[in-house]
Amino acid sequence: MQYEAPATIDAAVGLLSKAQGLARVLAGGTDLLVQLKSGTLEPDLVIDIKRIPEMTKLVAENGGFRIGAAVPCAVLGENAAVRKLWPGVVEAANLIGSTQIQGRATVVGNLCNASPAADSVPAMMAANAIATVAGPNGKREVPVGDIATAPGKTSLAKGEIVTSVFLPSRPAHSGDAYLRFIPRTEMDIAVVGVGVSLTLGDDGVCKAARVALGAVAARALLAEDAAKAIVGTKLDEKALAKLAEAASAACRPIDDKRGTKEFRIKVAGVLARRAAEKALERARGK
Amino acid sequence: MPLDPATQKIRAFDQVGTRPLRPDGLDKVTGRARFGADATAPGMLVGRILRSPHAHARIRSIDATKAEALPGVKAVVTSKDFADRSDDLRDILVNIMARGKALYEGHTVAAVAATSASVARKALKLIKVDYEVLPHVTDVDLAMEPDAPLLHDDLITSGVEPVPTKPSNIARKIEFGHGDVDKGFAEADLVVEREFKTEATHQGYIEPHACLASVGSDGQGELWVCTQGHYMVRDVCAQLLGMDVSKLRVTASEIGGGFGGKTTVFIEPVALALSRKAGRPVKVVMTRDEVFRASGPTSSTSMRMKIGVKKDGRITALDALLKYQGGAFAGAPVDYGGMAGVACYDYPNIRVVGYDVVTNRPKQAAYRAPGAPMTAFAVESVIAEIADTLKLDPIEMRLKNAAKEGTKSAYGPTFGPVGLVETLKAAKAHPNYKVKLGKNQGRGIASGFWFNFGGQTCVSLNLNIDGTLALAVGTPDIGGSRASMCLMAAEELGIPYENVRAIIADTSSLGYNDVTDGSRVTFASGMATIHAARDAIKKLCGRAAKVWGIPEEAVVWEKGFAKPSGANAGNFEPMSLKELAANAAKTGGPIAGHYEYNAENAGPSFATHVVDVEVDPETGFTKVLRYLVCQDAGKAVHPSYVEGQFQGGAVQGIGWALNEEYIYGADGRLQNAGFLDYRIPVASDLPMIDTAIVEVPNPGHPYGVRGVGETSIVPPMAAVSNAVSHAVGIRLTESPMSPPRILKALGEQAARKAG
Repeated sequence: MQYEAPATIDAAVGLLSKAQGLARVLAGGTDLLVQLKSGTLEPDLVIDIKRIPEMTKLVAENGGFRIGAAVPCAVLGENAAVRKLWPGVVEAANLIGSTQIQGRATVVGNLCNASPAADSVPAMMAANAIATVAGPNGKREVPVGDIATAPGKTSLAKGEIVTSVFLPSRPAHSGDAYLRFIPRTEMDIAVVGVGVSLTLGDDGVCKAARVALGAVAARALLAEDAAKAIVGTKLDEKALAKLAEAASAACRPIDDKRGTKEFRIKVAGVLARRAAEKALERARGK
Repeated sequence: MPLDPATQKIRAFDQVGTRPLRPDGLDKVTGRARFGADATAPGMLVGRILRSPHAHARIRSIDATKAEALPGVKAVVTSKDFADRSDDLRDILVNIMARGKALYEGHTVAAVAATSASVARKALKLIKVDYEVLPHVTDVDLAMEPDAPLLHDDLITSGVEPVPTKPSNIARKIEFGHGDVDKGFAEADLVVEREFKTEATHQGYIEPHACLASVGSDGQGELWVCTQGHYMVRDVCAQLLGMDVSKLRVTASEIGGGFGGKTTVFIEPVALALSRKAGRPVKVVMTRDEVFRASGPTSSTSMRMKIGVKKDGRITALDALLKYQGGAFAGAPVDYGGMAGVACYDYPNIRVVGYDVVTNRPKQAAYRAPGAPMTAFAVESVIAEIADTLKLDPIEMRLKNAAKEGTKSAYGPTFGPVGLVETLKAAKAHPNYKVKLGKNQGRGIASGFWFNFGGQTCVSLNLNIDGTLALAVGTPDIGGSRASMCLMAAEELGIPYENVRAIIADTSSLGYNDVTDGSRVTFASGMATIHAARDAIKKLCGRAAKVWGIPEEAVVWEKGFAKPSGANAGNFEPMSLKELAANAAKTGGPIAGHYEYNAENAGPSFATHVVDVEVDPETGFTKVLRYLVCQDAGKAVHPSYVEGQFQGGAVQGIGWALNEEYIYGADGRLQNAGFLDYRIPVASDLPMIDTAIVEVPNPGHPYGVRGVGETSIVPPMAAVSNAVSHAVGIRLTESPMSPPRILKALGEQAARKAG
């Protein structure tokens, strides 16, 4: 196995493009190192991106934030401005693993590992976050929801690497939230995850909303009907019930060791409702 | 305060009952302690094991030529490297290395020793095993069907008359009880009968199995190993390898948890065989995946429980059918489990029928009160349902039927002084029992029992030149027993606790010691320590007598000093242990105390647990709000470690109740062989577990000690189930009571109400 730690994005792209056999990108390593140790993955090339300066930066940009691919989740949690703008994204990033793991794990790694249960992904999809992808043919911008295609599979072409994720600015009276269900209280993986982001008008009516679901399909889903159920409402009882119903209807889950289909479908609706209520409180400035 | 069993007077202790730091504590928190995988030796090789990917398969052939030819590979072993046998070690032999058939996914098929882990891993891939995949069965009920896939074509059910002519997966039938259950049910005002299922769980010790084996060309071997019983390891390995027992010396490492799962061998004989073949030391360390797939989890069960009562709650009869699967070999703990599981009550009529069943799963190993939590789950659930139906206070209902001194147990003996009534009263008096519950909350009560063992034990106590003592015991310390041993030695000798240092001696340093199991160590090794101290005291008094020129009988030992027994004995200044130690060379040489025996009269320990939970009706998530353990310790030698045992058992039981389970796919493969998906509780899942130590002295021990390690895991599954059932208004009968299971039950209830 060859290990490389390039200093620039171009060098990383160059190495990835020329790689023979299996190549893997190493950020925090909280997924990759486990796979290496267990022998489930035997890559020929590992590219550590933590020596690339722009990958390690979290910067304010156009009223939003650009999160470098090597920025650990704990750094997001410690940043008051990011927490204030996108509390739901930060709470999702700070649910991954344990405190120690969050010191290494990155949201871009979480995205590119392409697990349907990745906690930060539904939250970022609800936030309409955009991934920047560098490759042999230059840069391109992709909605985060389009990176993963199936468990462990991404839409990235050979030589491509996600360099950052951009969390956009947002209007006043906006709020987001992420909730997941696990049978324990921490150190676990989402059986269902729901991200909700919404914006209220001055009259308190929901003007825009995005709802994303994790662990209920082969990849995280945007539940557009669920979002529609609350847009134009004050999130009254009826709208929330419709939201829950639409979130449940959007699920395409499987039965597995973490939960049954029927459980995931039911709980997706419950969590969508609870996440919407939490996002609403935040939008109202509570 | 307990009575001195010898004098029936209240005995006051100077040291026993205090809470000094454990001697191994600092090393464990700083990382200095050496566990199984920390052993190292010059020229050491890495041993790795090839395991069956199939739940059940005939092994047509194994071709290791390519692996053996790989540079860096020093040895490959298969079943051909172990002589076959027909005695009672055969199941262990076949379990540590498959012979002819792989009986479960993870079954050892071959092993390699190589110069590095990566070479060993490559070598495993080069071993070609030709399998003929066979139909498999992992469920206990399905395994008992007449057309079930057969694991062993020579397994004839024992305990059945007439002896069956055909083999089956039923290894044994057991039956015990007394009275006439039909008459008992006829007398009952209320009879409740329910079926229960429990999933298999793993002990979940944090330290994986690990050992370092070294066998020289002279045939002498050494083994450093993480185990609950190094004498057992020595004797079993020596026999499997055809060695003289004297030629194998086994040293137990510190142990990162065992809970019964380290009372047998898995990798140890394999590592010794590799070392013997390679001529170099070989270390084998299991991965967590291997621990789950190929060590010894507990049984899964299927049970039917029927209890009849009078209107006042007095039990008239119990009839139970217990089916335990114990993996690929006979030995599921349906016997001890059934006996212990029903032991809390006084039954005029009782019949328990049990089946020990084999399936394509790893061979079960002991897990804390082996087998008892499952039967207790069934008994205590039905008792709870009866108390609910009759509107009786669950503690009063239990008090009405509680086993006490003079009660004839279902398994035979009549109880001596036991503490169930006292634990029930302690639970009722505790503030937790009076807390008012809110919406979606429920309270559960359950009691439990474990026999406790004695067993073969041998200890030595050696006096050092400065008056301190070296105490050698042969039972690995899995729960703070070294601290307890030091306290008991210090109590007898009347010296400070810090002046006694206890070690776990290797197999060549002491006589045979049974495994650390059955909650026996503080009782049996503790009593041996007391007797060894008394032996030393007798010798110390003799030395003082010699110096003073008076008869030995005229010297008494008091709080660390030899003294003349009275004015008639003479007027001498008391002689301290320190002085006696300093003068030992001049008065007859080294001074030591020894004791070896087969300990009997271990007093059983009863417990009562009270738990409050809150269930989220929309997700089925259960939160444990508060948890109380009241248990009889006889005499708590070191109360902190007694409380630790209470809490640890409760936590493991809570995990079993709520989320822990072996999940098998249709292919017979384990789906969740890791701590991510095998969900033991994490710290934030639990409240501090409250404890109340009850002390009803065991007349079989000089201080009244009872074992406490196992009883604590017996009630939780039932207690949590009773609490959850009260919170959701549905009687749950299957463990684990995971969120999907609870939500499903709630959905079915809603459908019934609507329909």
